[in-house]
Amino acid sequence: MLTPDKTLRHRHHQEGPQGPHPHKRHETAVERRPSGTREIKVVRRVLDANDTMAARNRELFAAKKIFVLNMMSSPGSGKTTILEKSLAQLMPGLRCAVIVGDICTTQDADRLAASAAPVVQINTDEFGGDCHLAAHVIEKALGGIDLDAVDLLIVENIGNLVCPAEFDIGEDKRVVVLSVTEGEDKPAKYPLMFRACDALLLNKIDLLPYLDYDTALALRSIDQIHPGMPVFQLSAKSGEGLEPWLAWLREQVESKKGGGA
Amino acid sequence: MHEMGIAMEILDIVQDSIPADMAGVRVRRVNLKVGRLSAVVPDSLRFCFQVAADKTAAAGAELAIEEIDVTARCGDCLHEWTIDTPDFVCPACNSGRTEMLSGRELEIVSIEIADEEDGTHADPR
Repeated sequence: MLTPDKTLRHRHHQEGPQGPHPHKRHETAVERRPSGTREIKVVRRVLDANDTMAARNRELFAAKKIFVLNMMSSPGSGKTTILEKSLAQLMPGLRCAVIVGDICTTQDADRLAASAAPVVQINTDEFGGDCHLAAHVIEKALGGIDLDAVDLLIVENIGNLVCPAEFDIGEDKRVVVLSVTEGEDKPAKYPLMFRACDALLLNKIDLLPYLDYDTALALRSIDQIHPGMPVFQLSAKSGEGLEPWLAWLREQVESKKGGGA
Repeated sequence: MHEMGIAMEILDIVQDSIPADMAGVRVRRVNLKVGRLSAVVPDSLRFCFQVAADKTAAAGAELAIEEIDVTARCGDCLHEWTIDTPDFVCPACNSGRTEMLSGRELEIVSIEIADEEDGTHADPR
């Protein structure tokens, strides 16, 4: 039942024929306690509502055979530049679309618009300035995309190494971007994010000659937290190392198209 | 960082869990399990819940948080251990085929409400 990246995620929602709220009190167990209170058993995941919505998104993506990538990182690691460069290589061979989340501004969407991929900007300002994209926000954004004309949907999450790791949005795979300017210690400081992701992009390696960054130390730390996770060392700016990452991504998209994964 | 959102989800579930024939009861305590690997800070969550629950059936209720250790089992040698440093490699055989057993919980276990009879005597005023 528990896997490293999907821990408890679908526990309550395997093929629920009851619809989105399968838990509504069908078995209210009330127990009288000696302290003078009655205890009502609940046993529900707090993020139940999000998980239900994520499962619905996932079903839709499966039906449309769209591979969905959830891209996360701290602010300023280079997610948008990686996307700009990646889309330029992937399109028009692959039909790509992007949902980009920020607390405010449409600057990222404006940059990505040059790629010719449909881009939907989400500003979580409207949703209370949330520090992550939740499944219902993604569902709302999907209205702006023709899903029949998409093979690969990339969600650029809010820059934050903490909260997005906790929220399933219905994605197939999660990648975390770590730039060498952030230091070697980030994986150890934010283990949930690095456990929850399926691949890591180590960005800005063109800056290595000017930094005291210890790449071997960073890789050792990543391997302790998530042994075996693929790591792609690249520079979005120079284009160095982009190809293995794009090959990985193409493989994921093809596998989803073929009915696998 | 998203503790207020989590607190509001908890409140929704709590309100949803009070059986219809018990409408009007006051929730005294909410029992919650939070894994140590979840992105939630218990103190911050307690504070947010207190604010969110104001003027609801759960106003003043205690959010009792049981923190759950991060435990894992090795997929190769089946060794089970508790993880307390950011190192998920099996300490017994060095394998990386780590299967998480616990630590990411974010679950409501139960809610406790005051007994009607006792409830009427609980407040001497």
